[in-house]
Amino acid sequence: MKHHIVLSMIFFIVLSGVSEITFAQGGMFAAATGNTTFSSETPMENINAENKKTQVLLNTATNELAIRMNMRDFVFPNKLMQEHFNENYIESDKYPNGTFSGKLDQAIDYSKDGTYDASATGSFTIHGVSKTRTIKGKMKIEGGKINLTSNFEVALTDHKIDVPQIVFVKIAQSIKVKAEYTLSPYKK
Amino acid sequence: MKALRPAIIFIFAATTLHAQNDLLGELSKLDSNSSAPVQATFKSTRIINGHSVETVKKNHMDFRISHRFGRLNSGSYELYGLDQATLRLGFEYGLTDDLMIGAGRSTEQKAFDFFGKYRLIKQSTGAKEIPVSVTLFGSAAIRTVRPVTEEELARSFQNKLTYVYQALIARKFSERLSLQITPTYLYRNLPDLEGDKRGLFSLGLGGRLKLSKRVSVNAEYFWAARDKNSTLPYYDSMALGVDIDTGGHVFQLHFTNSLGMIEKQFIGETTGSWGKGDVHYGFNISRTFSFDKKSKRTK
Repeated sequence: MKHHIVLSMIFFIVLSGVSEITFAQGGMFAAATGNTTFSSETPMENINAENKKTQVLLNTATNELAIRMNMRDFVFPNKLMQEHFNENYIESDKYPNGTFSGKLDQAIDYSKDGTYDASATGSFTIHGVSKTRTIKGKMKIEGGKINLTSNFEVALTDHKIDVPQIVFVKIAQSIKVKAEYTLSPYKK
Repeated sequence: MKALRPAIIFIFAATTLHAQNDLLGELSKLDSNSSAPVQATFKSTRIINGHSVETVKKNHMDFRISHRFGRLNSGSYELYGLDQATLRLGFEYGLTDDLMIGAGRSTEQKAFDFFGKYRLIKQSTGAKEIPVSVTLFGSAAIRTVRPVTEEELARSFQNKLTYVYQALIARKFSERLSLQITPTYLYRNLPDLEGDKRGLFSLGLGGRLKLSKRVSVNAEYFWAARDKNSTLPYYDSMALGVDIDTGGHVFQLHFTNSLGMIEKQFIGETTGSWGKGDVHYGFNISRTFSFDKKSKRTK
């Protein structure tokens, strides 16, 4: 009985060790810089915010892509708006992160430098509400680095973000998001 | 077979552990476990009359218009106080995210006030947890009302000055509830009434309870440490109100027994009594402007 436990523990350790190795060999790339900006544009007022701490992981072996950001890291020029964004709209105490978890739709030859049109399909989550989306963008491979850029829109109603009538500041129903990530080989 | 069961469980556990080891899980491990300051303990730099721990952020200006009307018990002839209005206009500016300065002019005593306020400690969650926020506040005020009585004529410039020192200590207990305790020391170079002391200690208690994302109920009480046998006609200041945040503006509507809107007046010279119905309706309107250069960027 005891032997079995010891044996299985050894098995577990070996197993996890092996998977760590394959994980590393898979060609993992992580964001050295991760900029996500969004803008709400209305005839009345344009509001911009920027998150420079976006984290990205891309597994070039499996084409899996994960993006994660802390909603509190969005910086607004107007601090009152930043407070309202966190307190009233995104509710970052309750829903601290925005994430994307999915797979690239195209097979890409990472060994060749070049610019490719690419898209990724997966689960996009903000304000605690997930949507399956295909997000289009561009991928540029240059000198062992991968540059990802994308422009897409997020509808507030898709993620149950309320804009009350009483608010004087005008907020667009659809928010434009711009992502720009430079990935380099991931070292643990 | 029975003996094999633990082994099977272990292997099963191992595989489920690995199933969770996806990319997103890997990313969450990268999260810096740094502490994050708690935001928005109060909606405004004032709870009602008194200051809150909040400061105006860097390069932002808060323009404040505050009104107190006459007493509710002044009868229909005065339209229950609405015929008499006193005002304070204030310009308040953030030098850094934690340090702000401000100046104001009150109808009452035609007083000018100047203050500085510094957020010393920020309540934080995370790796380094800090239970409370502490802000230091200091102000000087001068009355400029023209002297009429002989006593007033004899007042030197020095004797028109008053000073206030406060330590604002607040905690946001939950999304809805924030409480503040405010030890205060007031120093008048020459008190208004004979028999009043120059120095006055006071302890303020204040809080807010959010009813919705944009509306909260606020309450405030300043206990002043006067002699028990004092015959001075002064009462402790108490106020009850509502904050309405419209994004850009904060409207504060309230009832208070104090007419003055600066510390020296509402802590030291409140002559109204709630019990007698000497209650003033009032409001503060706060409008914040950003002078951050980046906000001019259109794209």
